[in-house]
Amino acid sequence: MATKQFLFSGFGGQGILFSGKFMAYKGLIDGKQVSWLPSYGPEMRGGTASCSVIVSDEPVGSPIVSKPDVLIAMNLPSLDKYESTVAKGGMIFLDSSLIERKVERDDVSVFYIPATRLAGENGMPTLANMIIVGKVLKELSDFAPESVDAALAKVISAKRADMADINRKAMQIGAAN
Amino acid sequence: MADKVLMKGNEAIAEAAIVAGCRHYFGYPITPQTEIAAYMAKRMPKIGGCFLQAESEIAAINMVYGVASTGKRVMTSSSSPGISLKGEGLSYLAGADLPALVVNVQRGGPGLGGIQPSQSDYFQATKAGGHGDFRMIVLAPASVQEMADLTVKGFELADKYRMTSMILADGTMGQMMEPVSLDFEVAPAAEKPWATTGTKMEREHNIVNSLFLVPEELEKSNFERYERYKYIEENECMWEEYLMEDADICIAAFGIAARVSKNAIVEARKQGIKVGLIRPITLWPFPTKAFAAAADKVSQFISVELSMGQMIEDVRLASGCKVPVTLCNRAGGMIPSPEQVLDAIIEAAKGGAK
Repeated sequence: MATKQFLFSGFGGQGILFSGKFMAYKGLIDGKQVSWLPSYGPEMRGGTASCSVIVSDEPVGSPIVSKPDVLIAMNLPSLDKYESTVAKGGMIFLDSSLIERKVERDDVSVFYIPATRLAGENGMPTLANMIIVGKVLKELSDFAPESVDAALAKVISAKRADMADINRKAMQIGAAN
Repeated sequence: MADKVLMKGNEAIAEAAIVAGCRHYFGYPITPQTEIAAYMAKRMPKIGGCFLQAESEIAAINMVYGVASTGKRVMTSSSSPGISLKGEGLSYLAGADLPALVVNVQRGGPGLGGIQPSQSDYFQATKAGGHGDFRMIVLAPASVQEMADLTVKGFELADKYRMTSMILADGTMGQMMEPVSLDFEVAPAAEKPWATTGTKMEREHNIVNSLFLVPEELEKSNFERYERYKYIEENECMWEEYLMEDADICIAAFGIAARVSKNAIVEARKQGIKVGLIRPITLWPFPTKAFAAAADKVSQFISVELSMGQMIEDVRLASGCKVPVTLCNRAGGMIPSPEQVLDAIIEAAKGGAK
């Protein structure tokens, strides 16, 4: 991996910023250069949230991801908005429980994950985001348990350390899907 | 070295200020810098410091004036419209020769404008922070690490020269997270024999004031202040040069614009275009010497800005108009893309760059 540009997108409340922060911390723990940039504008107040994450072997230039290598879309407006921006040969991961349509591009790899349904069935209704992250890490061949655990320890506050197990489980469900 | 942590730029400023010994913060919330106030609200009470949310930006800057008079390290932060409100206080701080740190995490203007990133307060910060003849040291971070480093540096310079240091950041720098180390060597604060700390009946009163009704005295204070500014211009300029050794085209950009420009430079170099970057870190004092030297080597400057073109005037002055200086910009909260900057570079290369 020279440079990977991720764009996480969905509704506010789906844990978009959290999953982006997890990915950035994982990169940091793996010794990479990283940046994380959230949307903070009126679009966020309208209900959609996104964040740009860059993980690179080189110092990060612009932190703004305009042509993502990896798009995570957790609602239809996000897929509509960002599908065309994905780099040729890139990857799209979407929550197929919430997005009924298929991806139109034929020059990208697409992964349909019924994340919201899986989260509900497994008693973790707020963790659809981490189910998708698990799938992303698996497809990038980057699911190293040690750095996953270390990154979880960074993004989950000490007071809620008991949440690490269920987050890890969510990622395993995603990876197995 | 201590472990690096991921922090938002705004949080890095707040924590670095605490590390630098700042125990007094006064502010009023405004996007996109509110995390600074939120961080201070959480931390200051735990370390015996003072966080106070003032009734307005004007009140906050005058509280800064009060604490600065006692010689303590003190700061306020805001975003563009709020900084305009602080203008009177900035002028009073200068007139009373008080050290302080002021942070402006810029958003698009004019007026109430928007909340997205901008660099359109360059003129205000470097030339006209308020009425009267005065300067502020203006520091322009381009990473979260620099948000922290320049905060510490800002306090040190403010104390050393008895003036305001301003961190001129933008919404992107404030909101983004990057790894940051807060493992600083902080120089002990300078002696402040002028501070109003109580005479204990052992010395003459110290008076902090910006009112001089006798014009001869007021003129003298201005001339003395500008002697100090001259010394700062000769000794405190900071800038970064990137791939300038063989450059035919020189980009001038600071903060987020410099980050975007670096992407464009890497792409242009792949196409065989010799382009480099001079990134001012101090906007005042402006790194005039760096641009003057480059003007003898390059065939064109491109000023990349998140404004209608403000720093471009200083690039023209510094380069003595020896070669053309063009503008590549977005405004109102928009950010130039690397592709837009690359197009500007290609255009410059066609237009007779060596």
